[in-house]
Amino acid sequence: MISKLETKKDEYPRPVEGERQAFMYGNEVVVWAALAAGAECLYGYPITPQNEVMHYWSRLAPDYGGKFLQTEDELSAGFATLGGIMAGARCFSATAGPGTILFQEPLAMAEMMRIPIVLVVQQRGGPSTATVIYSQQEVFLTIFGGNGEGLRIVYSPGSHQEMYDYTLKAFDVAWKHRFPTLVLGDGYQAKMRERVLLYDPAARGMEIEPTVPFVGLPGVPGVDREPAHWRNAFSVEEELYEELEPIINDYYRIAPSLMEKEEGYLDGAELILTGHGIVGRAVRTAVKELREEGFPVGFFRPLTLRPFPGKDLIRILDDCPRLLVVESAQGQLAKLIRISIGGELDHRVQMYPYFRPGLGISAEELVEEAKAILNGKREQKQEKEFSMSML
Amino acid sequence: MKSMPDSWRRETKPHKFCPGCGHGLVLKALGMAMDRLKIADRTVFGVDIGCSLLAWDFFNADTIQTHHGRTVPVIIGAKRARPNLVGIAYMGDGGGYAIGSQHLINATMRNDRILIIIVNNTIYAMTGGQMAPTTLKGQKTETSSRGRDPKYEGFPLRGPEMVASFAPEGAYVARGSVSHVQRLARYLERGLENQLQDRGISVVEALSTCPTNWRTNAEDTWKFLEKEMTDYYPVGELVSPFKRDTQKEAADLETCH
Ligand SMILES: Cc1ncc(C[n+]2csc(CCOP(=O)(O)OP(=O)(O)O)c2C)c(N)n1
Ligand code: SF4
Repeated sequence: MISKLETKKDEYPRPVEGERQAFMYGNEVVVWAALAAGAECLYGYPITPQNEVMHYWSRLAPDYGGKFLQTEDELSAGFATLGGIMAGARCFSATAGPGTILFQEPLAMAEMMRIPIVLVVQQRGGPSTATVIYSQQEVFLTIFGGNGEGLRIVYSPGSHQEMYDYTLKAFDVAWKHRFPTLVLGDGYQAKMRERVLLYDPAARGMEIEPTVPFVGLPGVPGVDREPAHWRNAFSVEEELYEELEPIINDYYRIAPSLMEKEEGYLDGAELILTGHGIVGRAVRTAVKELREEGFPVGFFRPLTLRPFPGKDLIRILDDCPRLLVVESAQGQLAKLIRISIGGELDHRVQMYPYFRPGLGISAEELVEEAKAILNGKREQKQEKEFSMSML
Repeated sequence: MKSMPDSWRRETKPHKFCPGCGHGLVLKALGMAMDRLKIADRTVFGVDIGCSLLAWDFFNADTIQTHHGRTVPVIIGAKRARPNLVGIAYMGDGGGYAIGSQHLINATMRNDRILIIIVNNTIYAMTGGQMAPTTLKGQKTETSSRGRDPKYEGFPLRGPEMVASFAPEGAYVARGSVSHVQRLARYLERGLENQLQDRGISVVEALSTCPTNWRTNAEDTWKFLEKEMTDYYPVGELVSPFKRDTQKEAADLETCH
């Protein structure tokens, strides 16, 4: 009979002692965060631009008792990750683009069975194989991609520091709430080098929720305890509904406590700029510069895309109903915003789209765009480019 | 033969398979093998989507029912995370040879220490009797209404032979049949022993029956299994790392029913 995990974590050194300044790639940051969070297994399949997550993990993790498997595809990676988690290990994976599509199947199983999988997505251009470089086109796929209700938690960090912080946090939140938790990065963040402060979560008093096995429990099943029988297939509609309702209720009960955002320069603002991830960072920089030049602008940067911090945005738009939505996609964030602000406000808000699917966006171009809007040189765009009816 | 292996969960019997279904017999053989090795307390039993899912509460063993074709990776993930667990992946021929075939091939290449059981009933049963990779030449199904034509649909897949063709050292590959439950149980026991001894992967195909989708009576069901199926899919061990101790043992295995 076995009751404990065979990984003897205590025999290995702590991956990050105290604090350490570093200058590294985003993919490397992900690995250090996973190690610091006590991750034990990475099962993954190569795809650019997340490859280095696997490279660094397979190189570094064995020193800390970590295991690695390069699987035959993302279906295998995802389902093996679920198997490892159900066996009680802190497993995670990383992917991008077409890999994110294949990951929908294991993510859907995780939503139904409350399996705390952590997945890092480094967005690349789409649709299809497109580019291996960059985009923000995997937002809908990441938050609503499965055949279900989007019962997931999705962080969108904008810097390497946030990448570290939120990857660490993802391991805590996933196991605490038992919903799939995703960190949505992109190819620029993955491949860019930047300063980051790595820290041992324990040294900051941060506790990462411990793992709990679903199977391989102590005792003889049927003698000392009931066997653990896990399933996701049900015979009739009512049976499914009965199973699903408490999961959905749980999700919406915890959702308010999970929402995160950053906002700034709202006083007297006549235009709000919004963007997430690395674009949110350009938005913040642009707003700072514009304010320095005396232009009345503010910013709102969602850090969780699911659940979306809509109520904060509603409060902001109540005072200033003009919004410049900036994203490297054709309105995925904009649609999220329209869904979440909804109702009367939806119709009162003037939205200005700045959609560049698959293209990088700089603070400089946003400064120009905001000035043009404030100087009345931009119409609020409708129909073709941006319309709720096109959803 | 005991009517019910100890590892079966009595509370969930009678089981949910149709009368005359072979799944119950495969699981009987598996139960016997688990009893002999006394491993129920550290087994993780994985079931696919297909009629195998009806076994989600079948054993007094921790069980995960996963998606169609994905049982192999789930069990591999658990086994690699906790090597002391005994991993069993149980699925139909659609799950094993069609939608999940890449997992079967790669798990074999890696020699993953799990037991894969593929139930060959020549058909997609749960979805109502469509053609499977194992559907026999000329066999009529819902999606081969004029009989499987090798010109268009290819020849039936001999899974264990395929696996055996590149099985790495330490692998165990066999094909049993529900017409010989004792022998099937021996194969499954060997497959499990192979895992317990950390030698390599074990793949056991079980020829099985589906009277519901075959639309056969008891007599024709058995005839189809013992004649048509067994002619094309020969029963026996294909690859074994076990040394046959004596001629007698070999003879035993061939004669036991
Ligand atoms: C991704 C996916 N595709 C298709 C299905 C539908 N489906 C359910 S069971 C099954 C086939 C079952 O046949 P087999 O694996 O041979 O098992 P059996 O029912 O014969 O035991 C299919 C295609 C599914 N559940 N998931
Ligand atoms: S449909 Fe066929 S395989 Fe499925 S339970 Fe019935 S007899 Fe068995």
